[in-house]
Amino acid sequence: MNEGGPIDCDLHPTVPALKALLPYLDEHWRETAVRRGFDELAPISYPSVNPLTARADWRDAQGKGAAGPERLAAEALAPFGTTLAICNCLYGAQVPFSEDIAAAFCRSVNDWMAREWLDRDERLRASIVVPMLSPELAAAEIDRVAPDRRFVQVLLLVSGELPLGRRPNWPIYAAAERHGLPIGIHAGSTYRHPVTPVGWPSSFVEDYVHQAGGFQSQLTSLIAEGVFSKFPALTVVLLESGVTWLPAYLWRLTKFWKGLRSEVPWVSDPPSSIVRERVRLTLQPFDAPPERAAVMRVIEHIGSDEMLLFSTDYPHWQFEGAAAVPDGLDPTLARKIMVENPRRTYSRLQETVS
Amino acid sequence: MNLDVLNRPALQPETTPKLAIADCDVHPRPRGSGIGGVSKALYPYLPKYWREHVATFGLTYRQPWEKGSAYPKGQPLACRRDAWPDGDAPGSDLAFMAAQHLDPNNVALGILNPLTSGQGAQNPDLSAAVTHATNEWQVAEWTSRDKRLRASVVIPFEDAAASVREIELRTGDPNFAQVLFLSRTADPLGHRRYWPIYEAAAAAGLPVGVHAFGYGGWPITAGGWGSFYIEEMVGHAQAQQALLVSMIFEGVFERIPTLKVVLIEAGLAWAASLAWRMDRQWAKLRGEVPQVKRPPSEYMRTNVWFTTQPIEEPEPRAQLAETIEWIGWDRVLFATDYPHWDFDDPAHALPVRMTETQRRAVFLENAKAVYGVV
Repeated sequence: MNEGGPIDCDLHPTVPALKALLPYLDEHWRETAVRRGFDELAPISYPSVNPLTARADWRDAQGKGAAGPERLAAEALAPFGTTLAICNCLYGAQVPFSEDIAAAFCRSVNDWMAREWLDRDERLRASIVVPMLSPELAAAEIDRVAPDRRFVQVLLLVSGELPLGRRPNWPIYAAAERHGLPIGIHAGSTYRHPVTPVGWPSSFVEDYVHQAGGFQSQLTSLIAEGVFSKFPALTVVLLESGVTWLPAYLWRLTKFWKGLRSEVPWVSDPPSSIVRERVRLTLQPFDAPPERAAVMRVIEHIGSDEMLLFSTDYPHWQFEGAAAVPDGLDPTLARKIMVENPRRTYSRLQETVS
Repeated sequence: MNLDVLNRPALQPETTPKLAIADCDVHPRPRGSGIGGVSKALYPYLPKYWREHVATFGLTYRQPWEKGSAYPKGQPLACRRDAWPDGDAPGSDLAFMAAQHLDPNNVALGILNPLTSGQGAQNPDLSAAVTHATNEWQVAEWTSRDKRLRASVVIPFEDAAASVREIELRTGDPNFAQVLFLSRTADPLGHRRYWPIYEAAAAAGLPVGVHAFGYGGWPITAGGWGSFYIEEMVGHAQAQQALLVSMIFEGVFERIPTLKVVLIEAGLAWAASLAWRMDRQWAKLRGEVPQVKRPPSEYMRTNVWFTTQPIEEPEPRAQLAETIEWIGWDRVLFATDYPHWDFDDPAHALPVRMTETQRRAVFLENAKAVYGVV
């Protein structure tokens, strides 16, 4: 393993079809899925035909992106000299309303990931997909999968049934902290609530733009509920969240914290400090300003060079060619984002896995 | 209500700021009113049927409580503890407001935004009756008595036909400066059910103001109901982003190019990044929304304004000026939010280095231009 190579912190292997998961379901759920004729668990956060879901030159003959580890290696690892890559599977395993179905499919996705991807390319790592609507079953899945050291993170969707900071979710954070795993929060929703605070939008582009708003309100929830003080060793990584919204959001949150901290006395540090120490964000999409010079202005507004983690968001369409690093980013900082920051965030990446 | 207020004379600054200012967010309140119910101060403007209806059935919103807001505020009625006139609620006494705020802060133009006006009430006919009464009350008790003040046409926005009738009633009346929505609506504001309201507002030459809060019934996060008031307060910025995204991508500004939208009390620093994000996604996905002819940021530059309070406070504060450069100094309207607890004092709220032209624009000239006040 090349110790100094780039680490891609957000890639999305595609489950080709529900059929591919059948071998990884236990007998009851395999039979149920077939006899009841389950449809694909393909969530509307990334409709399969949508241009954003897979860049045109990364789609195979069937129109799927990231269809196998060989293509992923050629298209997402080779162009950047990537030495380690964290796979975040976005198949809708955590979306079903039944917690039993969700738990069964999350187990199958994690086992499929280990066999079909991690076993086939030693550069690959993955996040543990969990049935987030049942923190008890989610914690059990974390305990089951975590001994495989190639799983480096727990994966949640940004919008589920309850705000992420709420106490019923805490067993998930306790399990992650116990195993030394960051919580990765990815764009996407289980659609128990509209994706905006004012109801359902009409288009995909609105849904996608507003994912950033979802991250903002969930970060408020995690901070206000005291998750960062309750779990002092926990790191939170925002995946495909957008980046440039962060400074303005923190200015507003920190101002209201000054005025309202008596409501949340356990939040003893300014939210901006908590976020700089405990929260990380992946690079794509950056939501870059049009002027090159403004990119480093925004980095100054963020006030930290440790928060950003390199990602391509492969196969999602965020950039052309190999332009994964925003134009205008200082080269020294870019190197830190590609190598050092991911290593410090994911302790398991330091390990040699045999 | 349990009250703990500061009974003391209004504080007077030692020196009055030289600059005359526009305050684009002032909250008058009918005597005795809170959230839920209808103040008796509005009864003279309500038909007998609705007075009896309110006395018998009350006025309710899409939220759990009969009285009060979904989350307990940080202060009684979310108001300054020193802003309570003897025996009544903040914002209910013009003389007190003038002595505490309008005179010492040299307010030349104050835009009134009543918040307990029946907007978003569950019963649409009651919403129409109470908003109409509130408009009558604003003229009778505020704008006719103080020429610095302009009223907002409060409308029952979930009922477009009734809203259009109310706007047409106020067309050409110099007492009114804008049409007012609350931000937490039943649908995103770009939805076509609201378009007749925008068409009527544009025809009347009135900007549409959208003030934080409301009762749309949806949680402030896309992942459910938070626990705390601070989450709701911070979340108003996400709600305003969502309604702006909706208006742009549904093509409202293409359909009604003369429409002016003023986003009130949700901050503004987020507008720069939101514009960048929308432009990046529009460049790839515009085929889905052919009604959007220009990059989304361009509509923000021509049709949208932001009030300052509660202004973001970066450290160092110079970063606020950099951010406003990205948004446009001509987009920014000063506001205090008097008499609410998070009041921004015009002497201290914007300590960013501004040119004299920028200062005059933000504190007065932009507002005069948007609201058509000479």
